[in-house]
Amino acid sequence: MRLSVKSATLLTLLAFVVVAPLFFPSSFYYRVGALIFVNGLAVTGMVILTGWAGQISLGHAGFAGIGAYACALAPEHLGLHPALAVLLGAVISAVLAWLVGRPILRLKGYYLGVASLGFGILVSMVLNNERDLTRGPDGIDVADLGLRGLLKDAGLDLSNGQFWYFFCGFSLMLGAWFALNIFNSPTGRALRALHGSEIAARTVGIDVPRLKLQAFVISAVYASVAGSLLALQNKFITPDVAGFMHSVEMVTMAVLGGVSSVIGAIFGAAVLTLLPQVLTVFAEYEQLVLGLIMVLVMIFLREGVVPSFLRKFRGNEA
Amino acid sequence: MTLLSIEGLGISFGGIAAVKNVSFRVSPGEIVSVIGPNGAGKTTLFNMISGVYQPGSGKVVLNGEDVTAMSPHLLARRGMSRTFQNLQIFQTMSVLENTLAGYHLQESGPVLADLLNLPSSRRRARAAEEGARALLKRVGLERAAEREAGSLSYGSLKRLEIARAMALKPKVLLLDEPAAGCNAVETEEIDHLIAEIAASGVAILLVEHDMKMVMRISNHIVVLDHGEKIAEGDPATVSRDPAVIAAYLGAEHAAG
Repeated sequence: MRLSVKSATLLTLLAFVVVAPLFFPSSFYYRVGALIFVNGLAVTGMVILTGWAGQISLGHAGFAGIGAYACALAPEHLGLHPALAVLLGAVISAVLAWLVGRPILRLKGYYLGVASLGFGILVSMVLNNERDLTRGPDGIDVADLGLRGLLKDAGLDLSNGQFWYFFCGFSLMLGAWFALNIFNSPTGRALRALHGSEIAARTVGIDVPRLKLQAFVISAVYASVAGSLLALQNKFITPDVAGFMHSVEMVTMAVLGGVSSVIGAIFGAAVLTLLPQVLTVFAEYEQLVLGLIMVLVMIFLREGVVPSFLRKFRGNEA
Repeated sequence: MTLLSIEGLGISFGGIAAVKNVSFRVSPGEIVSVIGPNGAGKTTLFNMISGVYQPGSGKVVLNGEDVTAMSPHLLARRGMSRTFQNLQIFQTMSVLENTLAGYHLQESGPVLADLLNLPSSRRRARAAEEGARALLKRVGLERAAEREAGSLSYGSLKRLEIARAMALKPKVLLLDEPAAGCNAVETEEIDHLIAEIAASGVAILLVEHDMKMVMRISNHIVVLDHGEKIAEGDPATVSRDPAVIAAYLGAEHAAG
């Protein structure tokens, strides 16, 4: 029997999360792994928005920034538990995505790219300049989630790196599960349909602007939660999380691995998170190597690395 | 009983009238064909009726309601469905998924239920899938259900589009050249399919170049030339009309 895409993706992720630590040369790699999972979560949202709904966002780091700073500010100023701060950040991101997307997504074309770009820059500027609240470019401390302590009391003593590795790993699996549920649902079909032919989608009764807006809001929540997890595990966050480069990074990761496939996009996140660690020896050329990889992938593996190879593999099989 | 009524519809592009003051009616179970030479404005007329273009003048009345320039997705809710001259297939989706897209209005529900894969979401999808498979059987594509739509032959894609349009359970079905590019066998299959759909009580509006097919299956024919209606009536009347012969064969033939 052939595995469904959903089971195959989730099993691959589970296997990776559990098995990878056996090969870690040092505990530092727990941290790298956790970063991969956080980035993987953010790009899973990009798959829904870009891969399925066909919309581009160049400001998703703005939502990551909101998620991150919600965890920094809400516990301190509102007395919220950090877990509730994650939720608050997600709600704020969803509302802002709705407000930005609603007027823009009525228009045809790539206006969302421009509008989201502006939105991202705006968030970044606020985080940098509202020093009284955000402490500006130097960054701000983030409260402890407290979950690791609870686990320790329950008899499961994990190091900080281990805890965040597994916590982010399982968060990513949950996020992937949600996304794959959507893929095969009426909503997912409608999204992929409007990407395939907008006019045909409208004639079968799909409310195209509304569906695009839903995809944008959902993907914003993904980015927001990813930002929150980043802030919580670092216990510190700077406005860079909302920077334009971070937005571009998210798009690049998804496109490199395969923007229409959840496991592909996560693979892209893994590669682009690992590369800078590997390339530290010749750090000066890091950007050059990244650029070269992107160009080669776009020329030879246009659908992204994972879908291209899967296609090849299945092609040989037949 | 009139289901769809086109009243004085017209549109201009850059000062040139593409369609001028066209009126006709379609009743349930009736096949009305719009014919005319290339560039007569048939597809433009279709696009106005189905809400893709905003008419410059005139009205479209569906089931007694003025639906002029209404967005296609709202027209779909009111029972209008269509196919396209240059196929609009969801290429990367499977044949089954293409048909399921036609069930959107019947199967879609709260996004949150889909996100969490709740039983309600699965139930909706399952009901739609049963219907979609039955429809694919009706158009002879049941064995291609799991194939990627982009890999199908042209004639199969034409039938897939009809299946998708039928999935909406429409009251009015607009078919834009359903037999274009098909061979004789495929044309005959589509022929039967259309007659069958009409027999089930659906009002059909057809644009078609294949004259034999039009003459064979239409109850009523509207002839356009240079955007204007030059004749209408049953197939026998229209095929004898001098204005129609002139438009198709040139004025000298009509005179001779």
